[in-house]
Amino acid sequence: MSVEVKKIDAIEHYTLSAEKVIANNKNKFISQLQSESKSKLSSVKFPTLKTEEWKYTNLKSLLGSEFIHSAELEEFKITSEDVEKVKSINFENYLLVFVNGVLKKELSDFQELQNKILISTIPESIANNKTIVEKHLSKIAVNKTAFDYLNLSNFVDGLFIQIPDNVVLEKPIQILNITGSMGKPTFVPTRNLFVVGKNSEATIVQKYVGKGEKYFNNISSEVFIDTNGTLNIYKIELENENSYHVDKTDVLQSRDSNFNHFNFSFGGKLVRNDINTELADENIECTLNGLYIANGKQHIDNSTFINHAKPHCTSNELYKGILDDKSRGVFSGKILVERDAQLTNAYQNNNTILLSDDATVDTKPQLEIYADDVKCTHGATVGQLDESAMFYILSRGIPRDKARAMLITAFAESVVTGVKIEALRNELNSLINENLNRD
Amino acid sequence: MIEIKNLKAKIDGKEILQGINLQVNAGEVHAIMGPNGSGKSTLANVIAGHEKYEATSGTVTFNEKDLLSMATEDRAREGLFLGFQYPVEIPGVSNAIFLQTAINEIRKYNNLPELTPKDFLDKMKEKAKIVGMDSSLISRSVNTGFSGGEKKKNEIFQLLMLEPKLAILDETDSGLDIDALRVVSNGVNEFKNKNNAVILVTHYQRLLDYIVPDFIHVLYNGKIIKSGGKELALELEEKGYDWITKGEA
Repeated sequence: MSVEVKKIDAIEHYTLSAEKVIANNKNKFISQLQSESKSKLSSVKFPTLKTEEWKYTNLKSLLGSEFIHSAELEEFKITSEDVEKVKSINFENYLLVFVNGVLKKELSDFQELQNKILISTIPESIANNKTIVEKHLSKIAVNKTAFDYLNLSNFVDGLFIQIPDNVVLEKPIQILNITGSMGKPTFVPTRNLFVVGKNSEATIVQKYVGKGEKYFNNISSEVFIDTNGTLNIYKIELENENSYHVDKTDVLQSRDSNFNHFNFSFGGKLVRNDINTELADENIECTLNGLYIANGKQHIDNSTFINHAKPHCTSNELYKGILDDKSRGVFSGKILVERDAQLTNAYQNNNTILLSDDATVDTKPQLEIYADDVKCTHGATVGQLDESAMFYILSRGIPRDKARAMLITAFAESVVTGVKIEALRNELNSLINENLNRD
Repeated sequence: MIEIKNLKAKIDGKEILQGINLQVNAGEVHAIMGPNGSGKSTLANVIAGHEKYEATSGTVTFNEKDLLSMATEDRAREGLFLGFQYPVEIPGVSNAIFLQTAINEIRKYNNLPELTPKDFLDKMKEKAKIVGMDSSLISRSVNTGFSGGEKKKNEIFQLLMLEPKLAILDETDSGLDIDALRVVSNGVNEFKNKNNAVILVTHYQRLLDYIVPDFIHVLYNGKIIKSGGKELALELEEKGYDWITKGEA
């Protein structure tokens, strides 16, 4: 007896789903862009283990599964009670709720915000804000792969946020992305375009929560920060255990701007986060920090690229991983300092704790420096929990599991402490504990 | 309180303790002195249960129980306390949470109800005053960013909070200026009573000006080679260790 296994050609499969999306799209500019992207998709291949930037992450199970575009499936129902359970609380914030990539206004709460800034779907934004969308949409993304074309050709609504010049948002914007599937494995292309104006400041909490069964969440975020603007992004990824999360965030920073990205990965079967930042002018600061906790057979891959193009910029990078069971972590951090970029400060660190003999990490710092007057450092450590610290805590009568949790908290502290919202720091500390004591 | 019989122990395959005999009763203060590398810290760590140290023979009886077969945390719950030579920093865990967890775990083990938050806070305020720690230090992460002196004061603060039966203080006096030494000694003297006991592990006779021991033992090459009363410290101060160690190597 033989079982017939349907072989999926991922490129063909997603090109077909793009065709349906484009056929339903009434917006001329977007459908044009999507058609071009669809042709590109059909002419490229997905990365393989032979692709240098993807050599530690096997995409076979992702690309071999037949994920159906969420737009072709029955709507995945989320109630306001569901939202209450998963949103971040205990701090004032504006709330945007997306379910399978589509904005749910009835579940959101951002009325007040609409007087201050522009929020809309990407197709809607064309009507009001054509110039700025045309200037940035799919223009900020660099190092494009099939995933970029996949996302652009398949996204439906997306999110456009523009903070006008000279607007400082006191309250953070919480973007709650709930992804879910029923019965059929679901493909959800999620797309964001954030534009921060001159002298403006905003904080975004991007939270990804998984519901239901198996799905593939493909995210593409493009970020433009104008002169002297500041953007903080706190991303918390809590996808469900059968699911795939492939996120690419591309950032373009202008003179005197400041970008702080915090990347917390807890969930998902396979997670790949790409963050590319271009420091395109002088006196820019960029911080990319991350913390990932994996157990079971989870695979979490963080890949960052910081391009120092101009002088007097500073980048700080700290990624920490805690890996248990048979999980696998990957960190790859590339820093390019161009010939023009004198007086660059670039600091990178990656520290990993392995809690089991079967957990593995691959860490690949990569510095390419073409300027001669720069300060660049990088370091990577891999180790176990500090034995003498463990002994110290045990010797006070504290049991081993609590001692372990304390040491993990201590290890994670240097990343968590950078989050400026106290309630979020508390939530993160409990998430760290929950995810370590998961079976 | 504690009875150590012919204790031998090794670390990384190297035998450090070569047969220690020592008995400490309630209400007593013992000082263990000796040159560097004599095994003083090893003795303290073996008793407290550091996994890196392996007791190869002998017995340690603590309140009629076999100490060496107990897990590290259970030794603490039975009433043993080690003041660390190098206290560890635990960023992200406040002193208050750390101590509250420790106290309640110890109480739970001894079938006592947990301390209420109010009782805990009151106790903390009272004990902090003794070692001159202000409230900001208490809300800060355990030992994180503390100076050497602050770390040692924090050890004594923990001692006062946990109220063990036996305190082993491993070079708690090293690296302290005279003011900090006074504070630390005062804390130990506050702790001491007729129902508990203290073992001071030290290099320096100076500490014994402030905490007066009932017995002094000289440890050399993993053995106690001389024991005596407090006057022995003065003799050591004057003559060094050579007059005792000669012929012992």
